[in-house]
Amino acid sequence: MTEEFEPRIVAFLCNWCSYAGADNAGVARISSPPNILPVRVMCSGRVAPEMILRAFRAGADGVLVLGCHIGDCHYDSGNHRTAKRIPVLRRLLNYIGIEPERLRLDWVSAAEGNKFAQVTAEFTEAIRALGPAKQHYCATGR
Amino acid sequence: MMDAGRHPNITLLAYSEVEEVSGYVGNFKVKVKRKPRYVIEELCTGCGACVEACVWKERVPSEFEAGMGKRNAIYIPFAQAIPLKAVVDAQSCLFLAREGRCKQKCVTACERKAIDFEQKEEFVELDVGAIIVATGFQMFDAAKLPEYNYGKSPNIIDGLQFERLTSATGPTGGEILTAEGKVPERVAIIHCVGSRDERANRYCSRVCCMYAMKHAHLVRDKTGADVYEFYMDIRAFGKGYEEFYERVQDEGVFFVRGRGAEVVVETDGKLTVKAEDANLGRMVEARVDMVVLETALVPQPDIDKMGALFGLSRSEDGFFLEAHPKLRPVETNTDGVFLAGACQAPRDVPDTVAHANSAAAEALALLSQGVVQIAPTTAQVNEELCSGCGECVLVCPYTAISLTDHTAQVNSALCKGCGTCAAACLAKAITALHFTDEQIVAQIEGVLA
Repeated sequence: MTEEFEPRIVAFLCNWCSYAGADNAGVARISSPPNILPVRVMCSGRVAPEMILRAFRAGADGVLVLGCHIGDCHYDSGNHRTAKRIPVLRRLLNYIGIEPERLRLDWVSAAEGNKFAQVTAEFTEAIRALGPAKQHYCATGR
Repeated sequence: MMDAGRHPNITLLAYSEVEEVSGYVGNFKVKVKRKPRYVIEELCTGCGACVEACVWKERVPSEFEAGMGKRNAIYIPFAQAIPLKAVVDAQSCLFLAREGRCKQKCVTACERKAIDFEQKEEFVELDVGAIIVATGFQMFDAAKLPEYNYGKSPNIIDGLQFERLTSATGPTGGEILTAEGKVPERVAIIHCVGSRDERANRYCSRVCCMYAMKHAHLVRDKTGADVYEFYMDIRAFGKGYEEFYERVQDEGVFFVRGRGAEVVVETDGKLTVKAEDANLGRMVEARVDMVVLETALVPQPDIDKMGALFGLSRSEDGFFLEAHPKLRPVETNTDGVFLAGACQAPRDVPDTVAHANSAAAEALALLSQGVVQIAPTTAQVNEELCSGCGECVLVCPYTAISLTDHTAQVNSALCKGCGTCAAACLAKAITALHFTDEQIVAQIEGVLA
């Protein structure tokens, strides 16, 4: 097992901005890390804290939540909820033995293919440095 | 514009602002503020007698003349204005701004008794099915680029001011003259002022090459002066445009390949344009009598506010974002709101006409169906599980959820399916159709498997 650790990162992408931003990166042939495993949701506001915990439980090394910039939300204020929920969840992650750095929230608009590539690359490197997520909190034994 | 003004099915609300937009596709409610023009539109015939009579003559810089002319306190915006009605500028009108210290000569001059200083702002509520946003662009302010010394000499002008100079109704009656009133012998035209420039706007403004060449042609035609065009690339992209480029070259315009680097105002009032000629590979200078800065097209300064009003997002360049750059160029991510013209991206007249026609057709196609198709991604409440806490009502951005008998109810015409309520529901009573908890968890486990 000398193989380099390849983090597995679940990325929740909102349909209108970040998912389109990821598409934009693809269309513009900007490379982004293959470690990002996208899950499309209609709005970053759909990402319940439980979903994030489920992702960690299923073996994710990091979770990235990307939404529209504040004020740009297709649903007007869905991302305002996300902006409040994620920091709260980050503070709670410690209690279950997950480094809060493994969860990141950022805003990527549909036009920001570049930013999508930059945020995903940065986060992948950050998780790579942290190493694999400990699985001891995993009650189901998965 | 004239046709639009006369059409029986088109009502123009000039001198008005949209204050509030609510509702959804097919059922928008729009609140419009009608600013007081102090002239009763129905009575005014646009004869101009009040303008003649105004005592505050030629005292106010005219917006239309781009700073090159003055207007009165009561004025008709420009000769071809639609609607052709007078308007009082409340800030400069002696009667309105200086507590009635005016004999109101305009009122006595008006035969139709159309002037009414008692007018107040009015609010109009409109029920509309679709909205077309066609708010246009603004010209880039050349003073933001200090190397061109715009404003330091009256002979450094921008493209819009040149248009006024060469217009038959302009301050010189259509003669191209320097500020000293002389026919220029040498004129420099600088392309890409504020376009394709990391410090201002990275995008190409698309129309400047062609209007710059039109200006070069007009200078050659009207004055015979030597014209130096400083350009980076000529983008003659439209029908007949390349032919026009060749024609302008044949007319003897000197094309210098290189961005104008600096405009120096000499002590004798003449101007020197410095640039690097990329074809010759060395610095060049031109001593000229007049410099025309062909400025970029930029988004309207209040585009932020408008975006929030109509639920529109903006692309990286600051203009409104279309639903798809190739396949849905006039639609937006808000159903029933369409874009037309330069509020979406810089574009020239033929392209704007095509874009606007397309927006009108899309809007009519939507309305003529009589029904609206909505996406199946809406929220659904399981009434058995709902505890009636009302958390979903608070988080819904569309006020699509209401509490009836302590149970949440979703109005599926209003619901856009964002799922914020489903994420907030503590009792898990709300299902976001097509993005259910089970589906998302299955996806998470799938990608990690």
